[in-house]
Amino acid sequence: MSKNDILIKVNQLYKIFGDNSNEALDLVKDGMGKDELLEKCNCVLGLNNINLDISKAKIQVVMGLSGSGKSTLIRHLNRLIEPTSGEILVNEQDILSLSQKELVQFRQNNMSMVFQKFALFPHKTVLQNVGYGLAIQNIPVDEWDERAKKWISRVGLDGYETYYPGQLSGGMQQRVGLARALATDAEILLMDEAFSALDPLIRSEMQNILLDLQSELHKTIIFITHDLDEALKIGDRIAILRDGSMVQDSDPQKIIMKPADDYVSDFIKDINRARVIQAKSIMTPFRSKSSGATVKEDMVLEDILQIMSDAPSKPVTIEDTKGNITGKIEMVNLIEGMKRPESQGTNITG
Amino acid sequence: MDWFFNFPDMSRSDLREFKKTVDFAFTDFSRSYGADIESFFDPLLMFLVWFEKFFINTPWPLIVLGILILAWIGSRSIPVVIGTFLSFMLIGYFGMWEDTMSTLAIILVATFLCISIGIPMGIAMARSNKVQALIVPILDVMQTIPSFVYLIPVVMLLGIGKVPGLIAVCIYAIPPIVRLTNLGIRLVDKDVLEAADSFGANYWQKLFGVQMPLALPTIFAGVNQTIMMALAMVVIASMIGVKGLGLPVLRAISNQYLALGLMNGLAIVVLAIIFDRVTQKFGLRMQKYRNDGKD
Repeated sequence: MSKNDILIKVNQLYKIFGDNSNEALDLVKDGMGKDELLEKCNCVLGLNNINLDISKAKIQVVMGLSGSGKSTLIRHLNRLIEPTSGEILVNEQDILSLSQKELVQFRQNNMSMVFQKFALFPHKTVLQNVGYGLAIQNIPVDEWDERAKKWISRVGLDGYETYYPGQLSGGMQQRVGLARALATDAEILLMDEAFSALDPLIRSEMQNILLDLQSELHKTIIFITHDLDEALKIGDRIAILRDGSMVQDSDPQKIIMKPADDYVSDFIKDINRARVIQAKSIMTPFRSKSSGATVKEDMVLEDILQIMSDAPSKPVTIEDTKGNITGKIEMVNLIEGMKRPESQGTNITG
Repeated sequence: MDWFFNFPDMSRSDLREFKKTVDFAFTDFSRSYGADIESFFDPLLMFLVWFEKFFINTPWPLIVLGILILAWIGSRSIPVVIGTFLSFMLIGYFGMWEDTMSTLAIILVATFLCISIGIPMGIAMARSNKVQALIVPILDVMQTIPSFVYLIPVVMLLGIGKVPGLIAVCIYAIPPIVRLTNLGIRLVDKDVLEAADSFGANYWQKLFGVQMPLALPTIFAGVNQTIMMALAMVVIASMIGVKGLGLPVLRAISNQYLALGLMNGLAIVVLAIIFDRVTQKFGLRMQKYRNDGKD
């Protein structure tokens, strides 16, 4: 990954909620933990030394249990919350140095947000909601009207333009939320547990809509979730937070294969490994063709198992997306891959 | 042990001196500034007089028609309109038309005044906790102090007449609109405000595009309360020279005319009920989107 691909850079970000946040900051930098800090300073440690590089046109997932600081982190990116200390660069511009007026501009043009509880304007129609980001830029109605309608239709809500949010189901409301965020054409999309409030079927449908849109729009998306299946499904990269600290930030496959610590191990223990682990994560590097079938490197274990069950003794050949042979998989690799990994014990990012 | 059984109060002469000082200071103040203050309120007086004349001089069928149309626009309810029609017919039949028009005029002007002062005050309170902490005790005093007490300085300053009456009504009637504007804005969902923020809305865009529209039903409950309280002040205001339904009631009290008091009192009640039903139905219609309302 070249340096130019990084769109958002978060450096040594700290957030401490409470009155004596500056004194508390020194204590945290000296290594004081969340519980001790609460006891001694009556301050809540929100974020503890977060460093995160977010690549352009990728979906960066931020995961963690409630209270781990993920919603706090995402609100720093558009400065809905001000940090106690640290640096946030977007397109190499330090957004913490923006004046109030520049910040308003920045929010209008560069970032939009989708919320867990939808946060639609109940007194505005679907059309007015979707056009809101444009309307407050003082773009005249007849100009934003067209654009808003296009996005309403893009999320599949044709014909609902004059409805009020209260008349729509949860799934439909969040489609409005998504259309509202997309309508401003901002390059960065912040999604704060956007699908968590939806039931599983609708959630999966919304995930597909998002992936479908992403394949066409190539936005930079920061997606907060507490659901690992969701993270694995949509994330190009997953960062895991615990008590305000970054525990692991890596490729999704690496999270499953090499969890950084027990916390991450706990997270991944209930997933169906056969459905998420891909061939490339368990293969033995090998340059020439093996005796069995040839499969793509992103095929999941479950499918490989299906193929190998016909001829268990023949190793399958793995090729990358361009068709080059990169390795082989034998039955023993499959068994190894299904086994729950030991945590690495140390934090790894890579 | 004397202090234990008798409160150690200030001496009578000191107390008399104290009261005299306050009285004289205020008398001096009203002598030197009374005329200026009165002329400051002149435009208001002119407007009030014009408005009252308009109500009294317009032929009664036109007024009734206008009121019925307004009642329909407000409530969209046939029973309310029929009730309004019958009430005004009865009021006219019992010879209280002119007094009712006077009362209507002062109530409307007072309400208008309260709204135009009260809503900005409520907005300022919602914006800053400090302003809220400052205004709330003032509102508490305005609502609980016996009206006769503030009638004294008002009359000393402005004499007897319509304007002091109007001011007395407003002092009594303004607190609900201020309180409920403040409350309504503060109750607006934080998530929705955060969404507006995230799209780069500035303070005024948030205020007029999100907070005020969502607070409107609550603000309207305040308007309703303000009208009700203004009506409740009609009798007291008539003590300092406001014409209308209050004056006959006052006369009835001092002469023990039961029928006169009852009739005019009931006319005030009827006005109150009409105002209340119409404004409440209007307030409900405004928040139709909250239920299912597609209109």
